Amino acid sequence: MPVWLIRPPPLLSRLLVFAVLLGVWEAASAAGMVSRFIAPPPSEIFPAIGLLYVDNELTARFLRTFGEVFAAAGIGSGLGMAIGWWLHHNRTAGAAYTDWIAASAAAPLVLLFPLFLVLFGRNAATIVAMGAVSVMPPVILKTKEGLDHVRSVLIDVGRTFSLTRWQQVRMILFPAALPTIFTGLRLGLVFALINVVGVEFLIGFGGMGLMIAELGDRFEIAGMYAAILFVVLCSATFFYLTEKLETWLLSAR
Amino acid sequence: MSPSPALRISRVSKHFETGKGRVTAVDDVSLDIMQGEFISIIGPSGCGKSTLMNMVGGLLTEYDGDILLDGKKVSGCQPEIGMVFQEESTFPWRTALENVAFPLEAAGLTRDKRIARARDLLDLVGLSGFENHYPAELSGGMRQRIAIARTLAFEPRILLMDEPFAALDEQTRLLLGDKVVQIQNKLRQTTLLITHNISEAVQLSDRVLIMTFRPGRIKRVIEIDLPRPRSSEMMGSEAFGRYVAEIWQDLREEASKGLHDAEAAARQG
Repeated sequence: MPVWLIRPPPLLSRLLVFAVLLGVWEAASAAGMVSRFIAPPPSEIFPAIGLLYVDNELTARFLRTFGEVFAAAGIGSGLGMAIGWWLHHNRTAGAAYTDWIAASAAAPLVLLFPLFLVLFGRNAATIVAMGAVSVMPPVILKTKEGLDHVRSVLIDVGRTFSLTRWQQVRMILFPAALPTIFTGLRLGLVFALINVVGVEFLIGFGGMGLMIAELGDRFEIAGMYAAILFVVLCSATFFYLTEKLETWLLSAR
Repeated sequence: MSPSPALRISRVSKHFETGKGRVTAVDDVSLDIMQGEFISIIGPSGCGKSTLMNMVGGLLTEYDGDILLDGKKVSGCQPEIGMVFQEESTFPWRTALENVAFPLEAAGLTRDKRIARARDLLDLVGLSGFENHYPAELSGGMRQRIAIARTLAFEPRILLMDEPFAALDEQTRLLLGDKVVQIQNKLRQTTLLITHNISEAVQLSDRVLIMTFRPGRIKRVIEIDLPRPRSSEMMGSEAFGRYVAEIWQDLREEASKGLHDAEAAARQG
Protein backbone atom coordinates (compact mmCIF):
# COMPACT_ATOMS: atom_id res chain seq x y z
CA MET A 1 0.00 0.00 0.00
CA PRO A 2 1.46 3.43 -0.90
CA VAL A 3 2.73 5.60 1.97
CA TRP A 4 0.34 8.47 1.10
CA LEU A 5 -2.58 6.15 1.79
CA ILE A 6 -1.18 4.75 5.06
CA ARG A 7 -0.22 8.19 6.36
CA PRO A 8 -2.09 10.69 4.16
CA PRO A 9 -1.19 14.41 4.25
CA PRO A 10 -3.68 16.64 6.15
CA LEU A 11 -5.54 17.95 3.08
CA LEU A 12 -5.94 14.48 1.57
CA SER A 13 -6.99 13.15 4.99
CA ARG A 14 -9.71 15.81 5.24
CA LEU A 15 -10.98 15.07 1.74
CA LEU A 16 -10.99 11.33 2.42
CA VAL A 17 -13.06 11.76 5.62
CA PHE A 18 -15.45 14.08 3.77
CA ALA A 19 -15.82 11.58 0.93
CA VAL A 20 -16.39 8.69 3.37
CA LEU A 21 -19.11 10.66 5.23
CA LEU A 22 -20.84 11.51 1.95
CA GLY A 23 -20.61 7.87 0.89
CA VAL A 24 -22.16 6.67 4.18
CA TRP A 25 -24.91 9.28 3.85
CA GLU A 26 -25.61 8.25 0.23
CA ALA A 27 -25.63 4.55 1.16
CA ALA A 28 -27.89 5.12 4.19
CA SER A 29 -30.31 7.08 2.04
CA ALA A 30 -30.28 4.45 -0.73
CA ALA A 31 -30.90 1.70 1.85
CA GLY A 32 -33.87 3.62 3.24
CA MET A 33 -32.27 4.07 6.63
CA VAL A 34 -32.59 7.86 6.30
CA SER A 35 -35.74 9.46 4.94
CA ARG A 36 -35.05 11.25 1.63
CA PHE A 37 -37.58 13.85 2.76
CA ILE A 38 -35.64 14.71 5.92
CA ALA A 39 -32.13 14.36 4.51
CA PRO A 40 -31.88 13.89 0.74
CA PRO A 41 -28.76 12.07 -0.50
CA PRO A 42 -25.69 14.07 -1.63
CA SER A 43 -26.38 13.02 -5.23
CA GLU A 44 -29.55 15.19 -5.08
CA ILE A 45 -28.08 18.06 -3.03
CA PHE A 46 -25.02 18.86 -5.19
CA PRO A 47 -26.95 19.26 -8.48
CA ALA A 48 -29.42 21.48 -6.59
CA ILE A 49 -26.67 24.11 -6.08
CA GLY A 50 -26.78 24.71 -9.82
CA LEU A 51 -30.55 25.14 -9.66
CA LEU A 52 -30.14 27.78 -6.94
CA TYR A 53 -28.39 29.97 -9.50
CA VAL A 54 -31.14 29.56 -12.04
CA ASP A 55 -34.30 29.60 -9.91
CA ASN A 56 -33.36 31.56 -6.80
CA GLU A 57 -31.03 34.37 -7.89
CA LEU A 58 -28.16 32.95 -5.83
CA THR A 59 -25.67 35.64 -6.88
CA ALA A 60 -27.95 38.54 -5.89
CA ARG A 61 -28.81 36.92 -2.55
CA PHE A 62 -25.17 36.07 -1.91
CA LEU A 63 -24.12 39.68 -2.55
CA ARG A 64 -26.90 40.99 -0.35
CA THR A 65 -25.98 38.72 2.57
CA PHE A 66 -22.28 39.42 2.29
CA GLY A 67 -22.92 43.15 2.01
CA GLU A 68 -24.78 42.91 5.32
CA VAL A 69 -22.00 40.75 6.80
CA PHE A 70 -19.30 43.27 5.87
CA ALA A 71 -21.40 46.20 7.09
CA ALA A 72 -22.00 44.41 10.41
CA ALA A 73 -18.32 43.40 10.69
CA GLY A 74 -17.19 46.95 9.93
CA ILE A 75 -19.50 48.60 12.45
CA GLY A 76 -18.98 45.92 15.11
CA SER A 77 -15.19 45.91 14.67
CA GLY A 78 -14.93 49.70 14.86
CA LEU A 79 -17.07 49.92 17.98
CA GLY A 80 -15.45 46.79 19.45
CA MET A 81 -11.93 48.11 19.06
CA ALA A 82 -12.93 51.48 20.54
CA ILE A 83 -14.55 49.80 23.57
CA GLY A 84 -11.60 47.38 23.90
CA TRP A 85 -9.27 50.37 23.93
CA TRP A 86 -11.38 52.07 26.60
CA LEU A 87 -11.42 48.95 28.80
CA HIS A 88 -7.64 48.70 28.45
CA HIS A 89 -7.13 52.39 29.17
CA ASN A 90 -9.57 52.62 32.07
CA ARG A 91 -8.45 49.92 34.51
CA THR A 92 -11.54 50.27 36.70
CA ALA A 93 -13.90 49.87 33.76
CA GLY A 94 -11.79 46.97 32.48
CA ALA A 95 -12.03 45.16 35.82
CA ALA A 96 -15.76 45.92 36.09
CA TYR A 97 -17.04 45.01 32.63
CA THR A 98 -14.69 42.49 31.01
CA ASP A 99 -16.46 39.52 32.61
CA TRP A 100 -19.82 40.78 31.37
CA ILE A 101 -18.54 41.02 27.82
CA ALA A 102 -16.96 37.55 28.06
CA ALA A 103 -20.35 36.22 29.23
CA SER A 104 -22.17 37.98 26.38
CA ALA A 105 -19.73 36.40 23.88
CA ALA A 106 -20.99 33.00 25.03
CA ALA A 107 -24.68 34.03 25.00
CA PRO A 108 -27.01 33.32 22.04
CA LEU A 109 -27.48 37.01 21.15
CA VAL A 110 -29.53 35.99 18.11
CA LEU A 111 -32.47 35.45 20.51
CA LEU A 112 -32.65 39.24 20.97
CA PHE A 113 -34.02 39.59 17.44
CA PRO A 114 -37.56 40.60 18.55
CA LEU A 115 -36.11 43.60 20.38
CA PHE A 116 -34.18 44.68 17.28
CA LEU A 117 -37.27 44.18 15.14
CA VAL A 118 -39.12 46.64 17.37
CA LEU A 119 -36.22 49.10 17.28
CA PHE A 120 -35.37 49.00 13.57
CA GLY A 121 -38.28 47.27 11.84
CA ARG A 122 -38.21 44.30 9.48
CA ASN A 123 -35.40 45.47 7.25
CA ALA A 124 -31.64 45.27 6.61
CA ALA A 125 -30.92 47.61 9.54
CA THR A 126 -32.09 44.95 12.01
CA ILE A 127 -29.90 42.32 10.35
CA VAL A 128 -26.81 44.55 10.29
CA ALA A 129 -27.39 45.73 13.86
CA MET A 130 -27.72 42.18 15.17
CA GLY A 131 -24.65 41.13 13.20
CA ALA A 132 -22.68 44.08 14.60
CA VAL A 133 -23.72 43.24 18.17
CA SER A 134 -22.45 39.68 17.72
CA VAL A 135 -19.14 40.91 16.29
CA MET A 136 -18.40 43.20 19.22
CA PRO A 137 -17.68 40.81 22.15
CA PRO A 138 -14.75 38.91 20.54
CA VAL A 139 -13.32 42.11 19.09
CA ILE A 140 -13.60 43.95 22.44
CA LEU A 141 -12.04 41.07 24.39
CA LYS A 142 -9.19 40.47 21.96
CA THR A 143 -8.45 44.19 21.57
CA LYS A 144 -8.23 44.60 25.35
CA GLU A 145 -6.17 41.43 25.71
CA GLY A 146 -3.78 42.49 22.94
CA LEU A 147 -3.26 45.95 24.40
CA ASP A 148 -2.94 44.66 27.98
CA HIS A 149 -0.15 42.30 26.95
CA VAL A 150 2.06 44.73 25.04
CA ARG A 151 5.48 44.33 26.67
CA SER A 152 6.21 47.27 28.95
CA VAL A 153 9.75 47.61 27.59
CA LEU A 154 8.33 48.56 24.17
CA ILE A 155 6.25 51.30 25.80
CA ASP A 156 9.36 52.46 27.70
CA VAL A 157 11.26 52.66 24.39
CA GLY A 158 8.53 54.99 23.11
CA ARG A 159 8.74 57.09 26.27
CA THR A 160 12.51 57.50 25.96
CA PHE A 161 12.00 58.80 22.42
CA SER A 162 9.44 61.31 23.78
CA LEU A 163 6.62 59.98 21.59
CA THR A 164 3.28 61.75 21.83
CA ARG A 165 0.30 59.78 23.14
CA TRP A 166 -1.01 59.32 19.61
CA GLN A 167 2.40 58.19 18.33
CA GLN A 168 2.57 55.65 21.18
CA VAL A 169 -0.77 54.22 20.06
CA ARG A 170 -0.09 54.31 16.31
CA MET A 171 3.56 53.27 16.28
CA ILE A 172 3.83 50.89 19.26
CA LEU A 173 0.62 49.82 21.02
CA PHE A 174 -1.48 49.03 17.97
CA PRO A 175 1.16 47.18 15.91
CA ALA A 176 2.28 45.21 18.98
CA ALA A 177 -1.31 44.20 19.78
CA LEU A 178 -2.27 43.52 16.15
CA PRO A 179 -1.84 39.71 16.13
CA THR A 180 -4.28 39.33 19.04
CA ILE A 181 -6.67 41.98 17.69
CA PHE A 182 -6.66 40.18 14.34
CA THR A 183 -7.80 36.96 16.03
CA GLY A 184 -10.77 38.92 17.41
CA LEU A 185 -11.55 40.37 13.98
CA ARG A 186 -11.51 36.91 12.40
CA LEU A 187 -13.83 35.53 15.05
CA GLY A 188 -16.04 38.61 14.68
CA LEU A 189 -16.32 38.11 10.94
CA VAL A 190 -17.43 34.51 11.40
CA PHE A 191 -19.92 35.55 14.13
CA ALA A 192 -21.27 38.21 11.74
CA LEU A 193 -21.88 35.62 9.01
CA ILE A 194 -23.61 33.21 11.40
CA ASN A 195 -25.84 35.90 12.88
CA VAL A 196 -26.69 37.67 9.63
CA VAL A 197 -27.80 34.41 7.98
CA GLY A 198 -29.60 33.37 11.20
CA VAL A 199 -31.52 36.65 11.52
CA GLU A 200 -32.38 36.65 7.80
CA PHE A 201 -33.82 33.19 8.35
CA LEU A 202 -35.75 34.20 11.48
CA ILE A 203 -37.29 37.45 10.21
CA GLY A 204 -37.74 36.25 6.61
CA PHE A 205 -35.83 39.12 5.06
CA GLY A 206 -32.57 39.56 3.11
CA GLY A 207 -30.40 37.11 1.14
CA MET A 208 -29.14 33.62 1.91
CA GLY A 209 -31.03 33.14 5.20
CA LEU A 210 -34.33 34.10 3.56
CA MET A 211 -33.57 31.78 0.64
CA ILE A 212 -33.06 28.84 3.02
CA ALA A 213 -36.35 29.68 4.77
CA GLU A 214 -38.23 29.97 1.45
CA LEU A 215 -36.86 26.65 0.14
CA GLY A 216 -37.87 24.99 3.41
CA ASP A 217 -41.35 26.49 3.22
CA ARG A 218 -41.72 25.18 -0.36
CA PHE A 219 -40.48 21.72 0.77
CA GLU A 220 -37.59 21.91 -1.71
CA ILE A 221 -35.48 19.99 0.78
CA ALA A 222 -32.56 19.21 -1.56
CA GLY A 223 -32.40 22.90 -2.53
CA MET A 224 -32.54 23.92 1.13
CA TYR A 225 -29.62 21.64 2.00
CA ALA A 226 -27.78 22.92 -1.08
CA ALA A 227 -28.21 26.49 0.15
CA ILE A 228 -27.04 25.52 3.65
CA LEU A 229 -24.04 23.74 2.12
CA PHE A 230 -23.29 26.85 0.05
CA VAL A 231 -23.31 29.05 3.17
CA VAL A 232 -21.06 26.58 5.01
CA LEU A 233 -18.62 26.53 2.07
CA CYS A 234 -18.65 30.34 1.94
CA SER A 235 -17.98 30.49 5.69
CA ALA A 236 -15.10 27.99 5.43
CA THR A 237 -13.61 29.90 2.48
CA PHE A 238 -13.98 33.12 4.44
CA PHE A 239 -12.18 31.66 7.43
CA TYR A 240 -9.43 30.20 5.24
CA LEU A 241 -8.83 33.49 3.43
CA THR A 242 -8.67 35.54 6.65
CA GLU A 243 -6.29 32.94 8.09
CA LYS A 244 -4.03 33.30 5.03
CA LEU A 245 -4.27 37.10 5.27
CA GLU A 246 -3.31 36.97 8.94
CA THR A 247 -0.34 34.67 8.21
CA TRP A 248 0.82 36.95 5.42
CA LEU A 249 0.44 40.13 7.48
CA LEU A 250 2.23 38.70 10.50
CA SER A 251 4.70 36.45 8.71
CA ALA A 252 7.72 38.50 9.73
CA ARG A 253 7.15 38.34 13.47
CA MET B 1 38.42 76.10 36.00
CA SER B 2 37.36 72.48 35.42
CA PRO B 3 34.73 71.87 32.71
CA SER B 4 31.15 71.43 33.90
CA PRO B 5 29.80 67.88 33.77
CA ALA B 6 27.45 66.73 31.01
CA LEU B 7 25.36 64.96 33.65
CA ARG B 8 25.29 65.63 37.37
CA ILE B 9 23.62 63.27 39.83
CA SER B 10 23.40 65.13 43.10
CA ARG B 11 22.36 63.49 46.40
CA VAL B 12 19.74 61.33 44.73
CA SER B 13 17.66 58.95 46.84
CA LYS B 14 14.67 56.83 45.98
CA HIS B 15 12.28 55.11 48.37
CA PHE B 16 9.50 52.64 47.57
CA GLU B 17 6.50 51.90 49.76
CA THR B 18 5.96 48.13 49.91
CA GLY B 19 3.73 45.80 51.88
CA LYS B 20 6.62 45.28 54.30
CA GLY B 21 7.23 49.00 54.78
CA ARG B 22 9.42 51.65 53.23
CA VAL B 23 12.38 50.37 51.22
CA THR B 24 15.28 52.63 50.25
CA ALA B 25 16.49 51.53 46.83
CA VAL B 26 19.00 54.32 46.20
CA ASP B 27 20.55 56.33 49.00
CA ASP B 28 22.32 59.66 48.58
CA VAL B 29 24.10 58.94 45.30
CA SER B 30 26.19 61.70 43.75
CA LEU B 31 28.18 61.51 40.54
CA ASP B 32 29.49 63.85 37.84
CA ILE B 33 29.82 62.46 34.31
CA MET B 34 31.99 64.45 31.95
CA GLN B 35 31.40 64.81 28.23
CA GLY B 36 32.70 61.74 26.34
CA GLU B 37 33.23 59.73 29.52
CA PHE B 38 32.27 56.05 29.80
CA ILE B 39 31.18 55.05 33.29
CA SER B 40 30.04 51.65 34.49
CA ILE B 41 27.99 50.98 37.58
CA ILE B 42 28.48 47.55 39.05
CA GLY B 43 26.76 46.05 42.06
CA PRO B 44 24.88 43.01 43.30
CA SER B 45 21.31 42.28 42.19
CA GLY B 46 18.81 44.47 44.01
CA CYS B 47 21.27 47.29 44.79
CA GLY B 48 19.22 49.90 42.92
CA LYS B 49 21.32 50.15 39.74
CA SER B 50 18.34 49.93 37.41
CA THR B 51 16.33 52.29 39.63
CA LEU B 52 19.11 54.85 39.31
CA MET B 53 19.19 54.31 35.55
CA ASN B 54 15.43 54.78 35.28
CA MET B 55 15.64 58.03 37.23
CA VAL B 56 18.40 59.36 34.98
CA GLY B 57 16.46 58.24 31.89
CA GLY B 58 13.32 60.02 33.11
CA LEU B 59 11.22 56.86 33.46
CA LEU B 60 11.03 57.46 37.24
CA THR B 61 10.30 61.07 38.03
CA GLU B 62 9.68 61.11 41.77
CA TYR B 63 12.88 61.03 43.78
CA ASP B 64 14.89 63.10 46.25
CA GLY B 65 17.88 65.11 45.04
CA ASP B 66 18.73 66.44 41.59
CA ILE B 67 19.68 64.99 38.24
CA LEU B 68 20.96 67.75 35.98
CA LEU B 69 21.70 67.55 32.27
CA ASP B 70 23.85 70.49 31.26
CA GLY B 71 22.69 72.21 34.42
CA LYS B 72 18.95 71.65 33.76
CA LYS B 73 16.91 69.31 35.93
CA VAL B 74 15.79 66.08 34.29
CA SER B 75 12.05 65.85 34.88
CA GLY B 76 11.00 63.12 32.47
CA CYS B 77 12.11 61.36 29.31
CA GLN B 78 13.91 63.58 26.85
CA PRO B 79 15.65 63.01 23.51
CA GLU B 80 19.04 64.07 24.93
CA ILE B 81 19.11 60.91 27.06
CA GLY B 82 18.88 57.60 25.19
CA MET B 83 18.31 54.23 26.82
CA VAL B 84 19.17 50.68 25.80
CA PHE B 85 17.30 48.12 27.85
CA GLN B 86 18.27 44.73 29.21
CA GLU B 87 15.16 43.10 27.77
CA GLU B 88 14.80 42.49 24.06
CA SER B 89 13.24 45.75 22.86
CA THR B 90 13.32 45.73 19.07
CA PHE B 91 9.95 46.05 17.33
CA PRO B 92 9.20 42.63 15.79
CA TRP B 93 6.99 44.12 13.06
CA ARG B 94 9.78 46.34 11.72
CA THR B 95 12.90 45.36 9.78
CA ALA B 96 16.33 46.16 11.20
CA LEU B 97 16.45 49.32 9.08
CA GLU B 98 12.94 50.39 10.10
CA ASN B 99 13.76 49.74 13.76
CA VAL B 100 16.79 52.01 13.63
CA ALA B 101 14.87 54.65 11.69
CA PHE B 102 12.01 54.54 14.24
CA PRO B 103 12.94 57.57 16.39
CA LEU B 104 13.71 59.61 13.28
CA GLU B 105 10.30 58.74 11.84
CA ALA B 106 8.67 59.83 15.09
CA ALA B 107 10.64 63.07 14.93
CA GLY B 108 9.28 63.74 11.44
CA LEU B 109 12.44 63.34 9.35
CA THR B 110 11.89 62.69 5.64
CA ARG B 111 12.11 59.08 4.53
CA ASP B 112 15.32 59.57 2.55
CA LYS B 113 17.12 61.23 5.46
CA ARG B 114 16.06 58.70 8.06
CA ILE B 115 16.90 55.72 5.86
CA ALA B 116 20.35 57.14 5.06
CA ARG B 117 21.02 57.76 8.76
CA ALA B 118 19.72 54.30 9.74
CA ARG B 119 21.99 52.65 7.14
CA ASP B 120 25.02 54.49 8.56
CA LEU B 121 24.16 53.35 12.08
CA LEU B 122 23.60 49.74 11.04
CA ASP B 123 27.02 49.90 9.43
CA LEU B 124 28.46 51.34 12.65
CA VAL B 125 27.15 48.41 14.70
CA GLY B 126 28.31 45.89 12.08
CA LEU B 127 24.93 44.96 10.63
CA SER B 128 25.29 46.06 7.02
CA GLY B 129 23.54 43.54 4.82
CA PHE B 130 20.83 42.84 7.40
CA GLU B 131 18.75 45.96 6.70
CA ASN B 132 15.70 44.03 5.52
CA HIS B 133 15.82 41.27 8.13
CA TYR B 134 13.18 41.16 10.84
CA PRO B 135 14.34 40.74 14.47
CA ALA B 136 12.95 37.19 14.55
CA GLU B 137 15.45 36.31 11.82
CA LEU B 138 18.42 37.62 13.82
CA SER B 139 20.37 36.44 16.88
CA GLY B 140 20.03 38.01 20.35
CA GLY B 141 23.35 39.84 19.93
CA MET B 142 22.28 41.29 16.58
CA ARG B 143 18.97 42.43 18.06
CA GLN B 144 20.76 44.24 20.88
CA ARG B 145 23.00 45.94 18.35
CA ILE B 146 19.87 47.12 16.52
CA ALA B 147 18.58 48.52 19.83
CA ILE B 148 21.88 50.35 20.37
CA ALA B 149 21.83 51.75 16.81
CA ARG B 150 18.20 52.83 17.27
CA THR B 151 19.07 54.72 20.44
CA LEU B 152 22.11 56.34 18.78
CA ALA B 153 19.91 57.46 15.86
CA PHE B 154 18.55 60.25 18.04
CA GLU B 155 22.12 61.41 18.75
CA PRO B 156 21.61 61.51 22.52
CA ARG B 157 24.00 63.51 24.70
CA ILE B 158 23.95 60.67 27.23
CA LEU B 159 23.61 56.98 26.39
CA LEU B 160 22.29 54.78 29.20
CA MET B 161 22.71 51.04 28.85
CA ASP B 162 21.03 48.76 31.40
CA GLU B 163 22.83 45.40 31.20
CA PRO B 164 22.35 45.28 27.42
CA PHE B 165 24.33 42.04 27.04
CA ALA B 166 23.01 40.22 30.12
CA ALA B 167 20.93 37.75 28.14
CA LEU B 168 23.76 36.84 25.76
CA ASP B 169 26.31 34.05 25.97
CA GLU B 170 29.84 34.90 27.10
CA GLN B 171 31.48 34.73 23.67
CA THR B 172 28.90 37.00 22.05
CA ARG B 173 29.17 39.31 25.03
CA LEU B 174 32.96 39.61 24.53
CA LEU B 175 32.60 40.32 20.82
CA LEU B 176 29.89 42.91 21.47
CA GLY B 177 32.15 44.52 24.06
CA ASP B 178 34.70 45.00 21.27
CA LYS B 179 31.97 46.48 19.10
CA VAL B 180 30.96 48.96 21.84
CA VAL B 181 34.64 49.94 22.17
CA GLN B 182 34.77 50.66 18.43
CA ILE B 183 31.58 52.75 18.62
CA GLN B 184 32.92 54.60 21.64
CA ASN B 185 36.19 55.38 19.85
CA LYS B 186 34.32 56.72 16.85
CA LEU B 187 31.58 58.74 18.56
CA ARG B 188 33.12 59.62 21.94
CA GLN B 189 29.62 59.04 23.27
CA THR B 190 29.01 59.90 26.92
CA THR B 191 27.80 56.58 28.32
CA LEU B 192 26.53 55.19 31.59
CA LEU B 193 26.52 51.38 31.62
CA ILE B 194 24.96 49.12 34.21
CA THR B 195 26.49 45.68 34.34
CA HIS B 196 27.08 42.63 36.50
CA ASN B 197 30.14 41.71 34.51
CA ILE B 198 33.44 42.96 35.99
CA SER B 199 35.53 42.27 32.85
CA GLU B 200 33.03 44.15 30.72
CA ALA B 201 33.14 47.11 33.09
CA VAL B 202 36.96 47.22 33.08
CA GLN B 203 37.22 46.83 29.31
CA LEU B 204 34.77 49.60 28.47
CA SER B 205 35.01 52.19 31.23
CA ASP B 206 36.96 55.22 32.21
CA ARG B 207 35.57 54.83 35.71
CA VAL B 208 33.81 51.97 37.49
CA LEU B 209 31.38 52.69 40.34
CA ILE B 210 30.83 49.92 42.84
CA MET B 211 27.47 50.06 44.63
CA THR B 212 26.57 48.62 48.02
CA PHE B 213 23.78 46.10 48.48
CA ARG B 214 20.55 47.70 49.68
CA PRO B 215 20.31 50.57 50.17
CA GLY B 216 22.29 51.35 47.02
CA ARG B 217 25.13 53.74 47.77
CA ILE B 218 28.37 54.35 45.93
CA LYS B 219 30.95 52.30 47.79
CA ARG B 220 33.96 53.13 45.67
CA VAL B 221 34.96 54.68 42.37
CA ILE B 222 37.85 53.09 40.50
CA GLU B 223 39.53 54.89 37.60
CA ILE B 224 40.60 52.48 34.86
CA ASP B 225 43.94 53.65 33.62
CA LEU B 226 44.42 51.29 30.70
CA PRO B 227 45.42 52.40 27.20
CA ARG B 228 42.67 52.69 24.58
CA PRO B 229 41.48 51.20 22.33
CA ARG B 230 40.86 48.15 24.50
CA SER B 231 39.90 44.99 22.69
CA SER B 232 38.91 41.78 24.46
CA GLU B 233 42.48 40.55 23.82
CA MET B 234 43.60 42.90 26.58
CA MET B 235 41.74 40.80 29.14
CA GLY B 236 44.72 38.49 29.43
CA SER B 237 47.05 41.28 30.56
CA GLU B 238 48.29 41.57 34.12
CA ALA B 239 47.06 45.15 34.54
CA PHE B 240 43.55 44.15 33.42
CA GLY B 241 43.57 41.24 35.88
CA ARG B 242 44.59 43.55 38.71
CA TYR B 243 41.60 45.81 38.07
CA VAL B 244 39.25 42.83 37.93
CA ALA B 245 40.65 41.50 41.22
CA GLU B 246 40.41 44.93 42.87
CA ILE B 247 36.78 45.39 41.88
CA TRP B 248 35.87 41.85 42.91
CA GLN B 249 37.43 42.40 46.33
CA ASP B 250 35.02 45.30 46.95
CA LEU B 251 32.10 43.68 45.23
CA ARG B 252 32.40 40.31 46.91
CA GLU B 253 31.25 41.55 50.31
CA GLU B 254 28.19 43.24 48.75
CA ALA B 255 27.37 40.23 46.59
CA SER B 256 27.53 38.00 49.71
CA LYS B 257 25.04 40.26 51.48
CA GLY B 258 22.74 40.01 48.47
CA LEU B 259 23.03 36.22 48.43
CA HIS B 260 22.29 35.92 52.17
CA ASP B 261 19.32 38.25 51.79
CA ALA B 262 17.92 36.16 48.92
CA GLU B 263 18.39 32.95 50.92
CA ALA B 264 16.70 34.45 53.98
CA ALA B 265 13.77 35.58 51.83
CA ALA B 266 13.49 32.08 50.33
CA ARG B 267 13.44 30.48 53.81
CA GLN B 268 10.62 32.78 54.92
CA GLY B 269 8.74 31.65 51.85
